[in-house]
Amino acid sequence: MRTECSAHFVVMDAKSDSMDKPFSIIVNGQDVSVRQGMSVAAAILSARQFSRRSMNGAPRAPLCGMGVCMECRATVNGTPHVRTCQLLCAECMEIEAQ
Amino acid sequence: MSEHFDVIVVGAGPGGMAAAAIAAEAGRKVCLIDENPAPGGQIWRGYERESETLSPHRMEFLRWRRRLAASGCATWNEACVLAAPQRNTLRIEQGAQCVDLSYGKLILATGARERFLPFPGWTLPGVLGVGGLQAFMKAGLDVRGQRIVLAGSGPLLLAVAASLTRAGARVLMMAEQASRQTLLNLSFHLALLHPAKMMEGVTCRWQTRRVPYKQQAWVARAEGRDRLERAILRVNGSDETIECDLLACAYHLVPNLELPLLLGCAVENGVVRVDEQQRSSVEDVLCIGELTGVGGLDKAIVEGQIAGNHAAGRTTQAYELVPELKKHRQFVQWLDEAFALRPELRALAEADTIVCRCEDVVRERLEACNSWREAKLHTRCGMGPCQGRICGPATEFLFGWDTRSARPPAMPGRVGSLAGEDVHES
Repeated sequence: MRTECSAHFVVMDAKSDSMDKPFSIIVNGQDVSVRQGMSVAAAILSARQFSRRSMNGAPRAPLCGMGVCMECRATVNGTPHVRTCQLLCAECMEIEAQ
Repeated sequence: MSEHFDVIVVGAGPGGMAAAAIAAEAGRKVCLIDENPAPGGQIWRGYERESETLSPHRMEFLRWRRRLAASGCATWNEACVLAAPQRNTLRIEQGAQCVDLSYGKLILATGARERFLPFPGWTLPGVLGVGGLQAFMKAGLDVRGQRIVLAGSGPLLLAVAASLTRAGARVLMMAEQASRQTLLNLSFHLALLHPAKMMEGVTCRWQTRRVPYKQQAWVARAEGRDRLERAILRVNGSDETIECDLLACAYHLVPNLELPLLLGCAVENGVVRVDEQQRSSVEDVLCIGELTGVGGLDKAIVEGQIAGNHAAGRTTQAYELVPELKKHRQFVQWLDEAFALRPELRALAEADTIVCRCEDVVRERLEACNSWREAKLHTRCGMGPCQGRICGPATEFLFGWDTRSARPPAMPGRVGSLAGEDVHES
């Protein structure tokens, strides 16, 4: 249950995890299985999801992979405009296209 | 906590790592600043992870990584340079904090990004950069079984096709806009002067031998409902439709000139003008790597060592490396010539094709403008969060505009950081 995830719990769990043990994050309401060290943008792409809607409402997904194009920016745990290609997946993360 | 460093290096790719390690080994107080979670830049991305295999490239990364760690250099990851509020000072945003750092010498190693050219459908999810796809793969994207088309121009096409193939993807085609003849010329030059680079190319082609590698070929458009379903390629003048999951398309690289421009460094022919000690036109500011000409790893490391030595006052050591530079600068010229863009690509974007992705500005609206400045004022092209990093080089090619201008913030930051509200100073 997401609501039970406190910051403390996240840190403890991340440390005790082996490098390759999968966990899941939520992207636009969909559960996505990811691994430690995976970027959020890579998770968005692997789920065939989108990261934002353009000015005209069209879906957009990560493009450049190196923090330049800003197409991967999304709302992460309530914080908008996060460049998801520069951010690693962590337990209890919730990503919402913006 | 404003702090002073003898040398600040911006960009922790191969060149930046070499420069920082060398300057710190010479006893200088050095800080290496980078946006990413770990050093390595684009080419050494993901090498920090222990799960990576021990390739020769990764061994070289680990050597510099060890030198850097032993040198006493301070490394700041996930840190962004926002502005240069006064002489010899940079304003850095890292997480929630914002700091002003002053420097004796500044070495800029901000690398390059891919050049994207607009074509119908290029904004669909599933269309991405060539180096972009490589970066996502290194960041954990599983490509096994994915049907992928690679297109555009540059040596990355072959390298990325090879790593996709090794990772189990189904690469359906590589479409290179350059002609077979210019590629043959390049191979000939490489065989003579850079046999190692040539061998790398041959190895990549061997690994992708089952993938058609078309020259004089490019993506005419991408189609799909809400995401990519197929790419239409123009090969030898006729169109070919390929159903695919991902289309990676980018046209070689352009240097990230935002910081050098912000500091006032002179730029000529699209690169920062430097002397043989890597000094730019601005006092105390040195530029290395792709900023001075797109030439890849080896050039960046040599230039990084020269700049690191120079910044640490060891000019003799710096001059000793200068003879090596010649062949690397030659390589830059060969790449530029081989992957020069053909004029037909200007016609790919149609009247209603989006050129500025941030603000959804279509080509038709830009046709009515006479300059980059006018386009910004009238259409908001280049005014979105990427600040023209993607549409700038595209409009330079499409309309011949000079889009090189820079003003703070160099990256989107908090208003408070720019105003200096929460800047920690002692």
